[in-house]
Amino acid sequence: MSLDADTVRRVARLARLRVQDADIPRLTDEMNGILGWVEQLQAVDTTGVEPLAGGNPGGASLPWREDRVTDGGMADAVLANAPDRQGDHYGVPKVVE
Amino acid sequence: MSLTDLSIAGARRALRAGETTALALAEAHLDAIARVNPRLNAYVTLHAERTLEQARGADPRLPLGGIPLGLKDIFCTEGVRTTAGSKILGNFVPPYESTVTARLRAAGAVSLGKLNLDEFAMGSTNANSMHGPCINPWSPPGRDLVPGGSSGGSAAAVAARLALGATATDTGGSIRQPAALCGVVGIKPTYGRCSRWGIVAYASSLDQAGPMARTVEDCAILLGEMAGHDPKDSTSADVAVPDFAAACGRSVKGLRIGVPAEYRPEGLSPEIAAVWDRGLDWLREAGAEIVPVSLPHTRHALATYYIVAPAEASSNLARYDGVRFGLRELHQGGNLNDLYEESRAAGFGKEVQRRILIGTYVLSAGYYDAYYLKAQKLRALIRRDFDEAWRACDAILAPATPTAAFSLAEQPDDPVTMYLNDVFTITANLAGIPGLALPAGLSAAGLPLGLQLLGRPFEEETLFALGGAMEKATQFTHKPGIVA
Repeated sequence: MSLDADTVRRVARLARLRVQDADIPRLTDEMNGILGWVEQLQAVDTTGVEPLAGGNPGGASLPWREDRVTDGGMADAVLANAPDRQGDHYGVPKVVE
Repeated sequence: MSLTDLSIAGARRALRAGETTALALAEAHLDAIARVNPRLNAYVTLHAERTLEQARGADPRLPLGGIPLGLKDIFCTEGVRTTAGSKILGNFVPPYESTVTARLRAAGAVSLGKLNLDEFAMGSTNANSMHGPCINPWSPPGRDLVPGGSSGGSAAAVAARLALGATATDTGGSIRQPAALCGVVGIKPTYGRCSRWGIVAYASSLDQAGPMARTVEDCAILLGEMAGHDPKDSTSADVAVPDFAAACGRSVKGLRIGVPAEYRPEGLSPEIAAVWDRGLDWLREAGAEIVPVSLPHTRHALATYYIVAPAEASSNLARYDGVRFGLRELHQGGNLNDLYEESRAAGFGKEVQRRILIGTYVLSAGYYDAYYLKAQKLRALIRRDFDEAWRACDAILAPATPTAAFSLAEQPDDPVTMYLNDVFTITANLAGIPGLALPAGLSAAGLPLGLQLLGRPFEEETLFALGGAMEKATQFTHKPGIVA
C-alpha cells in the first residue's frame, strides 16, 4: 500500500493541517517510509486475539458516576487564554452569511 | 558538600536537623541555574520570586518540605506558562494545576521552574522543542550531545545539579531513555499509578508521569507523593500507594530476574551488552536468581507503538483549533476552516505534524482495521508475552537504550531510524507495566550507560528493591562535565 500526493493532501485536510505544495513530496516519502515499516504487522497471525485498547493492567473497567454538573461558573478562567474573546464568547470568523 | 549535591533524602534530614534552610536550598539552586542553564537550556521558564516565596513558607515536617524540584513543561501549573515545547501553546497560562504537581506542592516541594522537552513529548532527543534543544551535561567540550527525550530537560537538570529531582512523563520511554543518557534514575510507574489530569496529553493509553532523581531512594520518595487515585482521571487506579522508600533497602534474595533473549539483538553495542552482563552479576551476587525468558513479540513493538501513539495523538491534538486557547493564525479575510488549518500548521512542529498525519491516516475509513485494529491486537500479544514471563520471573533486567548519548548534529533525518531509540523502552508502555532506569557504568568515551528493570503491574516496590541493590553495587558517583 503506497500513498500518493492526493491521499496525503486528503489526510492533511482531514487533520486540518494546511500543507504547502512544496512539502507534499517530502511528506509523502516520510509517510510511505513509516507505513512501509509498520506493514510488518500484517505478517503476524492475530486470529482470535482480542484487541487491547487501554493501558490499564488487567483491563480495569472505567468508573461511572452520577450524571450531574459538578463544576462551572468560571467563564473568566475558561476564556483567559482565548485568542479572541468577545464578552463571554470565543470570537471566530463569520460562519453564516 | 554543596547544597546542590545533596540527595532528597539527605536534604530532608539536613532541613529537619536545622543544618540548612529551604531558602538556602532554593537560593543555591537558583544560583546554579543562573550559571549553568545558559549552556544547557534545561529550564525554559523560571519564576525566582515564586520559588523564593514557596521556600520561605516551607514546612520541613512535610514529606517534601523545602525540597526544590524542576517540573517538565508538560505539567499544567496554575499561573505559570505551560508550553509542552510547542509554539501552539507558546503563551498558554493554565488556570489550573495538574494533580501530580498539586500533590508535590501539598507535600511541601518548592518549584524551581519548568523544564525543556520534545514538543508534546514526541521525540527522543529534546531537539524538537520551540525553546531550542536542551544539551546533555555530559557533552565533551566542543561537541553537543543530546540528553535524550522527551524529558531531556528533566534529566539534564537533575544530572547537572540544577534540581534535586524533577517530574517527567513517559509514553514510549521518555523518562527511562533520557535518565539513561544523562546518568540519573527515573521510573515510569504502572499505568494508572499517577493521575494524568492536567498533563498535556500525547497518547492517553500510554502516557504516565514519574519522577527523576539521582538516587533510587529519591525516586521512591518522589513517586510516593506523586502517586494516588484521582477521580478526575478515569484511568487513575484506585489502589493503595505503598511505602516505596521502605522498599529500597529490601533484600532481593531469591527474586528471579528474567533475561529476555529478544533484547539482545544483533548489532547491540558491545558496551551496552557488557554493562547488562555486569548488572546481572550484581543481582546474582545479591542473591537473585537469573532465568532466561522470552518476549517473542518484542520485535513488533515499535511498529505497534508507531500506529497506536500517532492515532491517539491525532485525536488528542484535535483540540488545538486556534479558537479556545493557544496560537491563532489567519490571513486577512480567511474563513473558519482557514483559521483551523493555518493555526495548526503554524503552531505544530514537523514531527508533531508527521504523527498527526500518520494517526489521521490509520484511523481513516477503510484503513482502521488494517492498521489501528491490527496494532491493538499486537498490543494484546505484547502484554500476553509479559504475563507469560511473570510465571517464570519476578522482574526483568534489560538495557534502557541501544547506545550512549549521541551528538545533536549526528541525529538521523529518517524518522524510522530515529524511532529505534525507543526499542527497549516501548514495550512497558504498551503493556502498562512499570520500568525503572538507572545508571550502571560509563562508556569508553566517559558517557553514562543505563539499564532498566521491568516489573509486574503495581509492583514498583520490587523494582525499587532491585534498583537499590544494583545502585549499591554500581557506586555510580561520576559527575557530568557541565555541572553546578
